[in-house]
Amino acid sequence: MSNQTIFGYRRENGRVGVRNHVVILPVDDISNAACEAVANNIKGTIALPHSYGRLQFGEDLDLHFRTMIGTGANPNVAACIVIGIEPEWTKKIVDGIAKTGKPVEGFWIEQNGDLNTIATAGRKAKEFVHWATELQREECPIENLWISTKCGESDTTTGLGSCPTVGNMYDKLLPRGIYGCFGETSEITGGEHLCEARAATPEVGKKFMATWQAYMDDVIEPFKVDDLSDSQPTKGNIEGGLTTIEEKALGNLEKIGRTSTYIDVLGPAEEPAKGAGLYYMDTSSAAAECVTLMAAAGYVVHTFPTGQGNIIGNPIIPVIKISANPRTVRTMSEHIDVDVSGILRRDLTIDSAGDNLIEMIRRTANGRSTAAEALGHREFVMTKLYRSA
Amino acid sequence: MAEPHFLVHSPKDSVGVVVIEGLKAGTEMLGLITEDDTTFTLNTKHDIPIGHKVALVDIANGDTIIKYGQDIGKAVADIAKGEHAHVHNIKTKRW
Repeated sequence: MSNQTIFGYRRENGRVGVRNHVVILPVDDISNAACEAVANNIKGTIALPHSYGRLQFGEDLDLHFRTMIGTGANPNVAACIVIGIEPEWTKKIVDGIAKTGKPVEGFWIEQNGDLNTIATAGRKAKEFVHWATELQREECPIENLWISTKCGESDTTTGLGSCPTVGNMYDKLLPRGIYGCFGETSEITGGEHLCEARAATPEVGKKFMATWQAYMDDVIEPFKVDDLSDSQPTKGNIEGGLTTIEEKALGNLEKIGRTSTYIDVLGPAEEPAKGAGLYYMDTSSAAAECVTLMAAAGYVVHTFPTGQGNIIGNPIIPVIKISANPRTVRTMSEHIDVDVSGILRRDLTIDSAGDNLIEMIRRTANGRSTAAEALGHREFVMTKLYRSA
Repeated sequence: MAEPHFLVHSPKDSVGVVVIEGLKAGTEMLGLITEDDTTFTLNTKHDIPIGHKVALVDIANGDTIIKYGQDIGKAVADIAKGEHAHVHNIKTKRW
């Protein structure tokens, strides 16, 4: 175990990536068409269309920039083209990504039009593809990985099997120096006292409780209808046997294992700044939003326990699906990377399941396509904090 | 060891989770508590889908439901030992 290595891409800033994307990043919704045209013309690039970036302000705009810059800066991205409607916000995102040292260039549509922009951005994207495809993977210690987690379409089997499997992985890899991340603020409800107790210091625990309470005060209390406004547990959770948000939260928290403690509380898409260890991030519990935020914070591999079968992927980071539900493994096998249903039959221990997950993380980091990658799941969803101006 | 029909997180729990498909009412079930690996049997009174909960004891309307050794809500109807326990007879205490 102690000699485990992976083959990754060592980037200009020292971080290790496990994919080698050339990203075409729209600053705003109206630049999606140009980005998709460039990605269509230049093979080996990927456009990341999204719905926002206009008339946002304050904290919501800060989060937009943080998500855009963080996505381009992610070590799984070799190089990045940024296209916006106008130069100022485009340059701001280019400058943010350029701090990593990777190739990045911005283009804007006003006074150029879509067609000229697509042509000039396309020529630069082609250069980036030639350059990126000559980069070689190199052997790196597994502790160079930043591994995030979030579960989805949970049921009672996630708390029994797939979440403890992720927890076991963290208990083994965090002491070796990886970065970890969990979040889902609304979904901690019912287990917030247990989550507070897992903070590395009382100050960090207080920071978590303040984050959780702010979500309750700002979102749930003003808008609630019933059990978390009839959204938690979800209809899929209930079909899978979960009855209350408390029950769901206790299963969710199994993902951080038995011995791990978190060393800081991050805002959405905020890059960890206190060194190796486990972090809590304030995120929605909606899978695509949460994984997009964690990728924008710099995480390069995501572990995703599911019970009923959430099929989510991400365009820039591999999302590894783990399920303990034998019905899901049978009926949705093409979506599952790690089958831990043996835990329910008692022919697989949590300890062995954790080792199986670490092995799949290693293979995935080395280049194995996840189920979500093979099936083309590229959900990229911005988190919006409030209405635009 | 035979495969269990249901799993229980903690010896303190009042509900367990059915982990096999197609469970029929009247089945003499083998249950296992994962925290200490002890087993016991329980007769189910309902057909219970995989992943859904079975009451391990007689639970009265208003009683706290315990799972993971923790409070996960309250009964909103009487639930007899061996019956299906879910949204029709359990609710969060929060809202």
